[in-house]
Amino acid sequence: MDLEKGLESARVVIREDECKGCGLCINICPEKVLFEQKHLNRMGYHPAGYLGTGCIGCGFCFYQCPEPGAITVYKKGYVGEEVER
Amino acid sequence: MAEKVLKRADSFYPIFERKGGPTPDVTHYCPGCGHGVLHKLIAETIDDFGIRDRTILISPVGCSVFAYYYFRTGNIQSAHGRAPAVATGIKRVFPQSIVISYQGDGDLAAIGTNNILQAANRGEKITVFFVNNAIYGMTGGQMAPTTLIGQKTTTSPMGRKPGNEGFPIRMSELIATLHAPIYVERVALTDAKNSTRVRKAVRKALQNQIDNKGFSFVEVLSVCPSGWKMTPVQAKEWLTQEMIKAFPLGVYKDISDEIEAQPAKGNVFSVQGLREQLNLPEEKVAPATPVNKTATPEKYRNPRLKMAGFGGQGILMLGLGIAQAGMDAGYEVSWIPSYGPEMRGGTANCHVNLSTERIGSPLVTRPTVLIAMNLPSLEKFVDEVVPGGLIITDASLVTQPPARKDLEHLSIPATQIADELGNTRVANMVILGAYIAYTQILDQETVFASLPHFIKQKSLIGLNIQAIKKGIESISSQIKN
Ligand SMILES: Cc1ncc(C[n+]2csc(CCOP(=O)(O)OP(=O)(O)O)c2C)c(N)n1
Ligand code: SF4
Ligand code: SF4
Ligand code: SF4
Ligand SMILES: [Mg+2]
Repeated sequence: MDLEKGLESARVVIREDECKGCGLCINICPEKVLFEQKHLNRMGYHPAGYLGTGCIGCGFCFYQCPEPGAITVYKKGYVGEEVER
Repeated sequence: MAEKVLKRADSFYPIFERKGGPTPDVTHYCPGCGHGVLHKLIAETIDDFGIRDRTILISPVGCSVFAYYYFRTGNIQSAHGRAPAVATGIKRVFPQSIVISYQGDGDLAAIGTNNILQAANRGEKITVFFVNNAIYGMTGGQMAPTTLIGQKTTTSPMGRKPGNEGFPIRMSELIATLHAPIYVERVALTDAKNSTRVRKAVRKALQNQIDNKGFSFVEVLSVCPSGWKMTPVQAKEWLTQEMIKAFPLGVYKDISDEIEAQPAKGNVFSVQGLREQLNLPEEKVAPATPVNKTATPEKYRNPRLKMAGFGGQGILMLGLGIAQAGMDAGYEVSWIPSYGPEMRGGTANCHVNLSTERIGSPLVTRPTVLIAMNLPSLEKFVDEVVPGGLIITDASLVTQPPARKDLEHLSIPATQIADELGNTRVANMVILGAYIAYTQILDQETVFASLPHFIKQKSLIGLNIQAIKKGIESISSQIKN
């Protein structure tokens, strides 16, 4: 991720290990770029995943998600470090 | 949402060490639970307002009982429904702190209804977040006062019927009728639009407190997928379709603009501030060794005492005397009485610690010294005593030695000595004298000087001194023998 010049497009990062597979982010995403993954994570949930393109950085998913650190949304133009967790 | 990145709030701990277990990086909430979402909105606001260091969150009883696992703020977990009372106390003592009462519907609208109404009516300058999920989540989905008509729960399996269980209580409407509250709004964690309203309401309610304006109350309609037996997505749908009908969203009262912002004056929370409020003396560093350090043999130092006997034998006062004199001698001390049915002739006991270190727990579960003033007390507690511990009994009432052979036993005819002095009730002081003389834990002058602190009737002090002296003598005569 080139975070020095500023992100050219928004993106979302999902920490699979912190995801409880509730599906609320998938349900709310206006761009339909989130999906339920087939595999199970360490807690036994099917974690949400990102298609890899198409996120517009609206943040809807972030404010649906009950977990403090499961979702990070970087908006277009973000300059700075990558959030570790 | 001006931030260019949405991420874990700093007002959450990075790792939830208090939660522990194999997944200390996630909450304990069920998938999709509204509590987690509201936590995020509150934490984000605390970050943005820069109030983390002065925020104190009161968590309730309910699924959010463990909110203190997560919020990197001050935290207190209160008794069921009592968060508003705890919040009141803290806010009044530390007006500059930001006090949040976080409560569920069982907590706030059932067992704690009166508590919240009175706090609202007094206009306490706190912020209340009321999570209405129409159910008792924590205990497995029982009916709440806010359960909808027809809603099935484990305690309304056929659906709530108003004729039997009454109607859903609308807390926002109720509270808005009161004179004192300045801001009452009901919001819902549903779609993006409504979530933005929740976010705004959280910010407004906290801003009101920063501006010291008055009592703010935000009711947040929230999903409980587990309690409702639905998937998180179905639960959102049900909230949107059904719950909002019964609990209309909106601002029920808002006079905050009419009140001038006047940041609170007074105490900021600090340990020093707390000492001042409670009139505690400057923190004393406990002396490394007791006053009488060379005199007390190693095995009698830092004693953990349990004393027991019939009600009326002065057990509690004996403990108080040892603790008071210990404190006067510079020990850290604790004393907890056990008020049993001793008034009715039962047994009484108390726990006392004297220590050169800070005392972690005042409870004495493994005494190093047991004072048993009658046989039932000896039998009851003898097994608790640590191996090699000391047992002191009243020879007049305990005629046989303890069954255990790994203990030191001192038998003092305390009641008989007291009778000779003309007052059976000073047997306790005879024992006290024997204890201090035998273990050399305290010197007699300190003990005599401490008597007025716990003996109210001044005319009795002389008799008590005599009794203590007799106790001391009983040891010197034993040693001579
Ligand atoms: C004095 C007392 N009474 C009853 C209980 C049992 N109890 C625990 S949580 C709870 C209700 C929780 O419901 P709510 O406040 O709606 O919280 P939720 O779990 O739904 O967030 C009850 C009745 C208790 N812990 N203490
Ligand atoms: S930020 Fe918006 S567009 Fe991007 S994944 Fe989340 S909901 Fe979808
Ligand atoms: S909302 Fe959060 S917990 Fe639920 S599926 Fe999405 S990332 Fe996972
Ligand atoms: S029982 Fe309900 S309120 Fe409790 S954690 Fe689960 S979903 Fe949340
Ligand atoms: Mg509830």
